[in-house]
Amino acid sequence: MGSVDISDITRIFSREDGIDVPALENVSLTIEDDEFISFVGPSGCGKTTLLRIIAGLDRSTSGSVMVDGNPILGPGPKVGMVFQEYSLFPWRNVRDNIAFGLEMRGIPKKQRHEIAHKFIELVGLQQFEKSYPFELSGGMRQRVAIARALANDPDLLLMDEPFGALDAQTRNKMQVELLSIWERSKKTILFVTHSVDEAVFLSDRIVVMSARPGRIRAVVSVTIPRPRDRTAPLFASLRRDVLSLIEESSKQAND
Amino acid sequence: MNTTKPAKKKSPVYLIISITVAIVFWQILSDYIVQNKFILPSFTDAVLAFIALYASGVLWIDILTSLMHFGIGLALALVIGVPLGICIGWFDKINQLLDPLIEIIRPIPPLAWIPFAIVWFGLTNFSAGFVIFIGAVFPILINTYEGFKSIPRVFVEAGKMLGCTKSLSLIRYIALPAALPHLAAGFRIASGVAWMCLVAAEMFGVSRFGLGQKIWWYYNLHQMDNVLVYMLILGFIGLLVDYIFRYGMERSLLRWRVGEVN
Repeated sequence: MGSVDISDITRIFSREDGIDVPALENVSLTIEDDEFISFVGPSGCGKTTLLRIIAGLDRSTSGSVMVDGNPILGPGPKVGMVFQEYSLFPWRNVRDNIAFGLEMRGIPKKQRHEIAHKFIELVGLQQFEKSYPFELSGGMRQRVAIARALANDPDLLLMDEPFGALDAQTRNKMQVELLSIWERSKKTILFVTHSVDEAVFLSDRIVVMSARPGRIRAVVSVTIPRPRDRTAPLFASLRRDVLSLIEESSKQAND
Repeated sequence: MNTTKPAKKKSPVYLIISITVAIVFWQILSDYIVQNKFILPSFTDAVLAFIALYASGVLWIDILTSLMHFGIGLALALVIGVPLGICIGWFDKINQLLDPLIEIIRPIPPLAWIPFAIVWFGLTNFSAGFVIFIGAVFPILINTYEGFKSIPRVFVEAGKMLGCTKSLSLIRYIALPAALPHLAAGFRIASGVAWMCLVAAEMFGVSRFGLGQKIWWYYNLHQMDNVLVYMLILGFIGLLVDYIFRYGMERSLLRWRVGEVN
């Protein structure tokens, strides 16, 4: 489960001064079950907007998004999201944050605590089950956020620069962990990032977008077998290709 | 992992020094400089007056009556202020509809309502409660509203993505807990205002007992030592109420906020 069909999405923002700004124009993409897709591109290329439309948090001006054949009409538990900023509920401890979605579905307390516990183990935070978010480091918070999204068992997981606020070392560690979680839980993941290195390390395919208006410029398949070595020549050359694609598209946007 | 620093222990020595010096100064001032019990009763006058009042038993009736007025007013303010604040904070249309009315009524000082309180409810406990309600409801209302307005958007969106999509559940599970620190601040301000309104409401003869009523009563009898005793009791109870409230809030509801504030 978790195929996504994005067809001909256009999103125009109407500014207060009456000028219409196209954020996305005719974006179409088909994503298979259990694929790991990254979106990269210069800032302002509409990556986040696209993700928000798929999440149901934003509406496209035209076009449609289908997840497993069903159109997305609004946010819901079939699609999970990990936000860029810290989105844990500070008034709930780790366990109750992770169990939030289960609570909304009316699953009894004992059962949802058991499920939450399983996901706490998955992200390796057993000692912090009863801790409040303020007691956790940035990397731990994002791990809880991932666990919270996964505990709801969505078919599709959207991640909007989830590691953007982390230092380089933590970031690399989190990427490895995310891959291992993905391999175990088998979900489709759509991952927005600024880091080409991150995209090459993680993805099956990388969607390179161009800015103003946001369009898909190229889709690059990454066939390097996992676990990937960042220092391997193949890795480096792929990274170079993607970077030059981004550079070209940002040049075009500035012309 | 706990990043909160233990609160610096205040030495009781300074407290004792400051209060002792104030009492000695007060005693000397009234005994040797003012030399007039009517203008300034001394500390010992106040203590003697307190003992006499305590022995008569009426002091307790006054305290309980005042606490009852306070309770009626504050409870009403909560019951009306919080839901109303939630409505105007969450639903923009209700806000646009009610905001002008609130802004017109709010600047009217609560004490200006005393005549109508008496006309509507007579010389009853509820009348005093009503005046206190007027004073307390606006801080609660405004703070609830502010709390709801300042909820980070990402909390609401995260809630929606996890299946919490209806307004009522979003309010209950996301907005209300997120706004709780604002609500607590509003309640604290409200209880201070309520305590002030209490004295005025009781002074106007809305009730036959009460700390405020007795201040005026003993003033008319020119027993200024008793007036002073009631003043001090008002101060101490106000302090105690605030302390209990702060203690309760910090210990239970807002434990998660420890890291957020500092």
